[in-house]
Amino acid sequence: MACYSEMSGCGLAGIVNRDGKKISGKFIYDSITSMKERGNGMGAGYAAYGIYPEMAEYYAFHVMLDDINYESEVNAVLNRFFKVVKKEIIPTKSVPSLYKKTKPPVFYRYFVEPKEEAKLPMETEEDLVVRAVMTINDGVKGAYVISSGKNMGAFKGVGHPDEIGDFFEIKEYEGYIWLAHTRFPTNTPGWWGGAHPFTLLDWAIVHNGEITSYGTNKRYVEMFGYKCTLLTDTEVAAYIFDLLFRKHKLPIKAVFAAMAAPFWKDIEYYKERGEEELYEMAKMIRMIYAPAMLNGPFAMLFAFKDGVIGFNDRIKLRPFVAAVNGDTVYMASEESAIRVICPEPEKVWMPKAGEPVIALLKHCSEDSVCHPA
Amino acid sequence: MEVRQIAEKVYEITCGTTHYRIVNQKIKELVAEGAERIVLKEVYGQRYIGTGIRGNVKIEIHGTAGNDLGIFLYGPEIEVFGNAQDGVGNTMMAGKIIVRGHAGDVCGYGMRGGKVYIEGDVGYRVGIHMKGYKNLIPTFIVGGKAGNFFGEYMAGGRLILLGLNRKPGEDIVGDYCATGMHGGVMYVRGEVPERYLGKEVKVFETDEEDMKILREELKGFSEAFNIPLDEILSEPFTKIVPVSARPYGRMYAHRWGIASGLIK
Repeated sequence: MACYSEMSGCGLAGIVNRDGKKISGKFIYDSITSMKERGNGMGAGYAAYGIYPEMAEYYAFHVMLDDINYESEVNAVLNRFFKVVKKEIIPTKSVPSLYKKTKPPVFYRYFVEPKEEAKLPMETEEDLVVRAVMTINDGVKGAYVISSGKNMGAFKGVGHPDEIGDFFEIKEYEGYIWLAHTRFPTNTPGWWGGAHPFTLLDWAIVHNGEITSYGTNKRYVEMFGYKCTLLTDTEVAAYIFDLLFRKHKLPIKAVFAAMAAPFWKDIEYYKERGEEELYEMAKMIRMIYAPAMLNGPFAMLFAFKDGVIGFNDRIKLRPFVAAVNGDTVYMASEESAIRVICPEPEKVWMPKAGEPVIALLKHCSEDSVCHPA
Repeated sequence: MEVRQIAEKVYEITCGTTHYRIVNQKIKELVAEGAERIVLKEVYGQRYIGTGIRGNVKIEIHGTAGNDLGIFLYGPEIEVFGNAQDGVGNTMMAGKIIVRGHAGDVCGYGMRGGKVYIEGDVGYRVGIHMKGYKNLIPTFIVGGKAGNFFGEYMAGGRLILLGLNRKPGEDIVGDYCATGMHGGVMYVRGEVPERYLGKEVKVFETDEEDMKILREELKGFSEAFNIPLDEILSEPFTKIVPVSARPYGRMYAHRWGIASGLIK
């Protein structure tokens, strides 16, 4: 029964400090772990922003390797695109309960600087990074880039959120934005690459629900050179976001009007209400970006260097709660997950369907926000 | 989790982040031992509180009640000092739930008896498929506003929406209100925009009989939250009732039934 929120599980949580102040990973760890019930131990993950301040000018590639021997091939691809400034194995801690489920892959992180001569004509620096990610994901056997942004990183795998959090020592990191996810895989396999968040450049997405329009969306982004290789629907949302926001430079609200488009009858109502401009705009977005519309039940959090945006499908088939306390904005699947780390927030509310909650850093205005190039 | 007895037949459980199975097990044990009041402190989203118990026990929840609060509830009274999440009173049979805060989506789903009072707003899909049978009439009263699909497929019972905290110009209820409704009655304090209503219902002004029902039902709500009854009744109510008891009869019924005139 689609309307029964507990059935498909999955839990998500996000924290952003709008002043850019660092928050310990301990908080997001406690928040997501309190919703352990929403997952089944087959996937969990974290995304953190502001964790590599000394290396902030370089792209941080987190790469997952099924076998350590594949590292030389990843290295070869990276060297073609970038100058590798630093590389290291991502430190992990032994978590015995994790090993009962699967054998963890090896995680490497590379700090890289794009080579000017590697750029194709017309290609921007970000395009080059996206091309490098697609080349590794699609072309190097057993290697997957799980994050590729500046001063951020994703940590994910097969396990409960506390197991994955302990494995990557999440509590040791400090970031100004955190996302976390606990997974209950339904339609796609629970494997290390399929855990959330999904990232590209500095976008990260966590998602509860399913994208029933996946086929349409996948074909649409593939026309623009994105390759869906991680065997799950959420990945495509990250690429649509990159396409609409970074490449097409749509305003932030237009991006969400495309992805969770209002119904035609609601668009007609804008006209009746006398909002001609909004009516025209909504109509055009629905027509032009029809293949970018995400159908199906979902709640999603998008993070990027300038903030977090949370939104629901247009009839709200998944739970989503937001709260504000001072400079910090919290979003989660359950109110209790917010109250575990912030007992008395100033404001707690359940956002309306299709209406994004936009929590940007204070120095960003919604218009100036974040067309990175 | 910490349990202590604070008076005769009164116990206090400090829940923290203890798993709901352990907390609910403890509640059952205490009720079996004759507890009459159980106070839960520091509740962080524990699910299914109050289910699986019969009798006159009172459960107080301080914190945030988890999903499916009082699911299949059969007698106990639950009072939440804080907010509740999704599925309050899911398939509830008898008893009472009072929430001194807001509640989430799908509350009162398939409810078939008892009373639920929510002080603040509720989310989407509240009161879907509520049922009623003879003198088993469930009542769900919302003090604040409601989201979309309010009372969708409602089959019985009383769904009352007050919108007491509504700001001028704000909608009291969302789209698809009472879609597919085929039983029971809905009272909304104020007007429901025509475009939000399902095709299966008709809107009426309240008459004497309705006011008698409202007065009776709202008495408990008014006492629970200490809001004068006259203040609640100071604005006119809209009454929403279904046009047909079987709105989809023709769609699914066998051709024979229609041909023979048994199904109209």
